[in-house]
Amino acid sequence: MTQPSKVFTSKFDEILPHYGFSSAGWNEANDAEVSKAEIHVVVTLTDLRSTVTGLIEDGCRLASIFAEDRTSVGLGFLICYVFDHRQDCRFLLLRTVVSEMSKAFPSVSARIPAVNWQEREIQDMFGLVAKGHPNPRRVALHDNWPDIHPLRKDFPIDTVLPPFHGERHVYRPTLGEGVFQIPVGPVHAGIIEPGHFNFAVAGEPILYLQLRMFYTHKGTEKRFEHLTVRNAVYLAESISGDSGFSHGTAFCQAVERAAGAEVPIRAKRMRTILLELERLYNHVGDIGAIVNDVGFAVANAHAARLREMILNINEELAGSRLLRGVVCPGGMRHDWTDRQIARCRESLHHFDAEFTDLMALIDSSDSTRDRLEHTGTLHPGKAVDLGIVGVSGRASGVDRDLRRDHPYAAYDEVSFDVPVYQEGDVFSRMLVRVDEIRQSMRILKDVLDRLAPGPCRTALSQLPANCVALGAVEGWRGEILHWIRTGPDGRLDRCKIKDPSLNNWPALVEAVQGNIVPDFPVINKSFNLSYSGTDR
Amino acid sequence: MFHILKKAAQTGLVTIGYPDRSAQIPENFRGAPSFEFAGWQDARPAADACPTGAISIEESEARRRVTIDYGLCIYCGQCAEADLSGAVKITRNFELAVRERSDLVTTADYPLTSDGRQGDLAGLRTGSTAAHGRLQAVEAKLQQRIQDVLGRSLAVREVDAGSCNGCEIEINALNNPVYDLERLGIHFVASPRHADMLLVTGPVTRNMELALQKTYRATPTPKIVIAVGACGISGGIFGNNYATIGGVNAVVPVDVFIPGCPPRPQALLHGILLALGRMEQRLASSHAVCSEKSNGF
Repeated sequence: MTQPSKVFTSKFDEILPHYGFSSAGWNEANDAEVSKAEIHVVVTLTDLRSTVTGLIEDGCRLASIFAEDRTSVGLGFLICYVFDHRQDCRFLLLRTVVSEMSKAFPSVSARIPAVNWQEREIQDMFGLVAKGHPNPRRVALHDNWPDIHPLRKDFPIDTVLPPFHGERHVYRPTLGEGVFQIPVGPVHAGIIEPGHFNFAVAGEPILYLQLRMFYTHKGTEKRFEHLTVRNAVYLAESISGDSGFSHGTAFCQAVERAAGAEVPIRAKRMRTILLELERLYNHVGDIGAIVNDVGFAVANAHAARLREMILNINEELAGSRLLRGVVCPGGMRHDWTDRQIARCRESLHHFDAEFTDLMALIDSSDSTRDRLEHTGTLHPGKAVDLGIVGVSGRASGVDRDLRRDHPYAAYDEVSFDVPVYQEGDVFSRMLVRVDEIRQSMRILKDVLDRLAPGPCRTALSQLPANCVALGAVEGWRGEILHWIRTGPDGRLDRCKIKDPSLNNWPALVEAVQGNIVPDFPVINKSFNLSYSGTDR
Repeated sequence: MFHILKKAAQTGLVTIGYPDRSAQIPENFRGAPSFEFAGWQDARPAADACPTGAISIEESEARRRVTIDYGLCIYCGQCAEADLSGAVKITRNFELAVRERSDLVTTADYPLTSDGRQGDLAGLRTGSTAAHGRLQAVEAKLQQRIQDVLGRSLAVREVDAGSCNGCEIEINALNNPVYDLERLGIHFVASPRHADMLLVTGPVTRNMELALQKTYRATPTPKIVIAVGACGISGGIFGNNYATIGGVNAVVPVDVFIPGCPPRPQALLHGILLALGRMEQRLASSHAVCSEKSNGF
């Protein structure tokens, strides 16, 4: 465990001059009003690859890559690289422009495998070419889709595509004596989301796993461009149902940053409480699901009961079990009464005692522990290369947590530990959740004590067009990023969503190798990734 | 083993009484909005506030038609906040499942006054009478058959046709000890070939269209299809776009629609039992949804 460090050095001030960026030139974007909370710099296509790889060598992490169609205003396509550094609480947004004529940008995936899918998604959605990509096949649009680029501005959202024919996505062949393949999906045996898995196996052990995702692609980012900022909050809440409040908050934070608005302290604390409640209900449910997948059904029943306790608190506070419809740009839609807060405290107290009992029950089973240890190991080196975030990252030595590294809501006024394990197995991923539940209880107690009366919402005036900003939230699963550009009439021009699942699916591919097929469910559950968040 | 038994004894029974007893719903629960159609003077603020177009307005020749579609509603409560007249109220009603898509739609007709407000209510209609006439003849017979074949024990296959996973959270909750679906003889199965009912969520993405059709074909007859949530009914907040079809009904025939975003577990139970014709039996006594007490699990 590491202690939270509240003192940030301004590492980017030190690094950026090495690349010829003087602080005088920061945040000067001729086409947008950029938020002061981030550092925006512009790089030429020629210098792009050396700058990106150099920043990685300087200890920065490439969190996301996204593109934007600016051809309608004669600015070509914009590609943005989002970096952060452990010793700086700001995000660095490195922007480059790809001309409408060339449509090509240099790929960095060979050096930074973490952005493999994201570069390919830019290819699919914008019709750009990631030059030098080691595997430039389609990822977001299946192979049987026509040649369309949905996120281009000249592509109408209501286009009706003709029926699809042919193969969706051809897997690498499974060759060798005694090697065979197991195709699974997209409709799975459990009550889970759709995706297609192709296992190559030799007897019981898995040789490798190939994924075909984006079955739940529903044009979410395009849909944002047709909504007003206020209504878009509801779409943000539907990006991944289990992280509705985190996504909603990330979106609202982006809007608030673009507006340069300060949210009242009571709203910040209320958000913190609900963010932690979202973490609690998901983590306790996952702990139950993990032990259930190795046969401990009784513990799962108790965990599900505890999860219901939290969902009940959610409903008391938010009117919705999944915390929908409460966050809004500028704060929170409704204030809480003292009675609601008192009930929340009381229920959390009850939950705390029950959780201790649940863990005693799970700890009493040696066979459960035996099945979870050394199963589905993701080695720390690979976790760093693949840019794994959140619970899965912290179980494999990646000491990152946006709540501590880029504080938002009321996280700067509470103290908590960030659990980090090095083993990277299913057991570690469960332990991270167990520790985080205990830390959440600590945060909740602290914030509830600080929750003083006051306004819970500040009025935001309609944003002018061309404001850009980033919102970042450490959801229960990991890092959620929302990047927005406002359009005319209070609408959005672009909203880029990065769910932690998009980073983490390749971790599953690594972690299952050499494990037996019957352990796949528990390994998958220990990551518990969102298909909808990935596919959007 | 001792730990397990001790904890079970300490915990006792946690399963809810619904549907035999009334549901215990927290007082702040945001259920269906209700509309005071008579005397509603201006529907425009509520319609403007609605993020999914569940409240829509058509105007022609000094008349205004207000349409409320619970199949599009995501139960955000913006309409009640925007309508300052008090004609729109958020209730705790969650038992919204219906057999006909049109039963989720209410239209109210008003003459327009000179200042753009509404005059006295001129007409109010829920559902389509045509559909009802057609159904009444067949429905009784069909219901009896379904009840005979599937009524006492039902195998359900869940199909996520592109949902945000919110509906899956609530469907999963039906299996936990609090809602315990199996006490009603209903259980989830791993294959459509073992299923009597498909519980379908999501706006049906283009990528799940074929999978849904194949799953439907693999389910033996007689079979029931339930569309779950605003997305499953109408496409919800995602609507109908290049990547979605906008509702389960456009791909396979649907028997029951369960509104909600997502529908709470009791609402899912209500819809499933409605499809089986068992809800009527269980609801002999009138059914209040209000209770001050929260569940003590």
